[in-house]
Amino acid sequence: MTDQTPTNTARSTLSSAKADTTIIHVEGVHKWYGGFHVLKDINLDVAHGERIVICGPSGSGKSTFIRCINRLEEHQQGRIVVDGAELTDDIRQIDNVRREVGMVFQHFNLFPHLTVLENCCLAPIWVRKIPRKEAEATAMEYLERVKIPDQAKKYPGQLSGGQQQRVAIARSLCMKPKIMLFDEPTSALDPEMIKEVLDVMVELAESGMTMLCVTHEMGFAKTVADRVIFMDGGEIIESAPPEQFFTNPQEERTQTFLKQILHH
Amino acid sequence: MNQPTVSPPKAPVAPIQWMRNNLFNTWYNSLLTLAVGYLLVTSAAPLLNWVFLDATFSGESPSDCVGEGACWLFINQRLNFFIYGFYPEDQQWRINLMFGLLALSFIPQFIEGFPARRWLGIFGMTGLPILGYILIPGGSFGLESVPSHRWGGLMLTLILAYVGIFAALPIGILLALGRRSHMPVIRGFCVVFIEVWRAVPLITVLFMASVMLPLFLPEGMNFEKLLRALIGITLWQSAYMAEVVRGGLQAIPRGQYEAASALGLGYWKKMGLIILPQALKLVIPGIVNTFIALFKDTTLVLIIGLFDVLGAVQSTVTDPAWQNVAIEGYVFVAFCFWVFCFGMSRYSQNLERKLDTGHRT
Repeated sequence: MTDQTPTNTARSTLSSAKADTTIIHVEGVHKWYGGFHVLKDINLDVAHGERIVICGPSGSGKSTFIRCINRLEEHQQGRIVVDGAELTDDIRQIDNVRREVGMVFQHFNLFPHLTVLENCCLAPIWVRKIPRKEAEATAMEYLERVKIPDQAKKYPGQLSGGQQQRVAIARSLCMKPKIMLFDEPTSALDPEMIKEVLDVMVELAESGMTMLCVTHEMGFAKTVADRVIFMDGGEIIESAPPEQFFTNPQEERTQTFLKQILHH
Repeated sequence: MNQPTVSPPKAPVAPIQWMRNNLFNTWYNSLLTLAVGYLLVTSAAPLLNWVFLDATFSGESPSDCVGEGACWLFINQRLNFFIYGFYPEDQQWRINLMFGLLALSFIPQFIEGFPARRWLGIFGMTGLPILGYILIPGGSFGLESVPSHRWGGLMLTLILAYVGIFAALPIGILLALGRRSHMPVIRGFCVVFIEVWRAVPLITVLFMASVMLPLFLPEGMNFEKLLRALIGITLWQSAYMAEVVRGGLQAIPRGQYEAASALGLGYWKKMGLIILPQALKLVIPGIVNTFIALFKDTTLVLIIGLFDVLGAVQSTVTDPAWQNVAIEGYVFVAFCFWVFCFGMSRYSQNLERKLDTGHRT
């Protein structure tokens, strides 16, 4: 397994520079829910600007794993270092990490009592202490980037699922995060809305954002991922660049999984 | 196949047609309609006569009440006592001012687009109690001191309810948050507080506050009976409020907490900006229900010797100078309570409509 991807010069520079630009360092992480061992010895280094897609059958621990990265879930063993800060029980440290890590959820989780614009401005104003005018201008910029500036005054309940998810992406981006986590961002969407969200994500990936994305959209993985990670039973089974992952998977479990999701 | 498959909505029907369709559509419905109509006519007419047509509204003395109807003269003559208790008449402008400000703060909340409505509401919850604290007891700024045993009537009812409502809400919110806290000491304290206060009848609380509390306090630290009752009512009410608010907190999906956390909002910002606004909106009916219950429960202060509006009326209907005015007195009390409680109810519905953003989480 190598991370070298000779097809893309940008990617190879990225890989060679990886050692000193690691932004997420995960080392020997274990997690249990009661007696159930959900994460088993997870090791992963993510470089600045790297785009990683995590896939695997349901219950494989992939969502739990990315939720550990901004500590929505606690890990019980091992180390997770995000942007130089280790995640421990220190609440201030956790809030510092969360400020730099955006997250997009399966069910959008927009704040229904606030307008789209207020959803986007809330954290910049209250967490980053940016003046309201400036925060609103930034929010409008990002809403334009996700192609819904005209919905800014509406409430989330008045938007379609695809629009809500794009607002959720804009809301995270307004904090100008260094890393974006996506937890099955298209799984709750109607089929005709998946594309509009993926387009936004592809554009974001092309802009050089560090992304970790749990998804079953293999087309998306092929287009933008630097690495695809396959998880099963709480372990990382295989990690490879997409070309290799899809054409020549090494592990049997990966092969079975790919067969299941690609031939239906 | 050129005909439309869906027929247009029905045009509004004429009243006669409506009655034929809904009231007289079958022989037994016609019979029921007639029977109910008969009952309405026979009971409404005497009531109308008693309340308005045969009633005595003005006069000089009890002997003017000669008709068959209600003796509203009694209310008329004793109104001052029912509203102000024994508050000295030359000082009643202070209470009137407070009534006026209370109305000015809260009535505009019903009127869409009233200028500075929000600021009036904020004044009603912050400036008004401070002003009342100075103005009603007096004793400072050259105001004549009026001790609390001279307060009474509707004014006392409003003071009790106002303080109970506006002090219990924030305490209740803190208790609800505390009960859901991960910190064992805080959670334990809140659980014990809520379960103890909620399990005690208000009468007991009032008795404790007026009779027992002074026994425990050191010599010379005795404070007024009214203040003790207010503290008792507030703590008791806040336990109820806490459980109503907790219901709302539990109805907020986990995703909202997670999204707020993921954006880096700390605990208080997360609660204050994201969770509570949604949770409180959900439990407006429950909160107002509790307010209304408290408003009526304030009548229990009668048993510790405070004369609220019910106490004031009750003490006068036994006046030998007036014969058989109990019904008029109690109807008046009922009407007073109904006006305020109905107002609260309307306001809550108003608020729910206004805060509805079309999203059900």
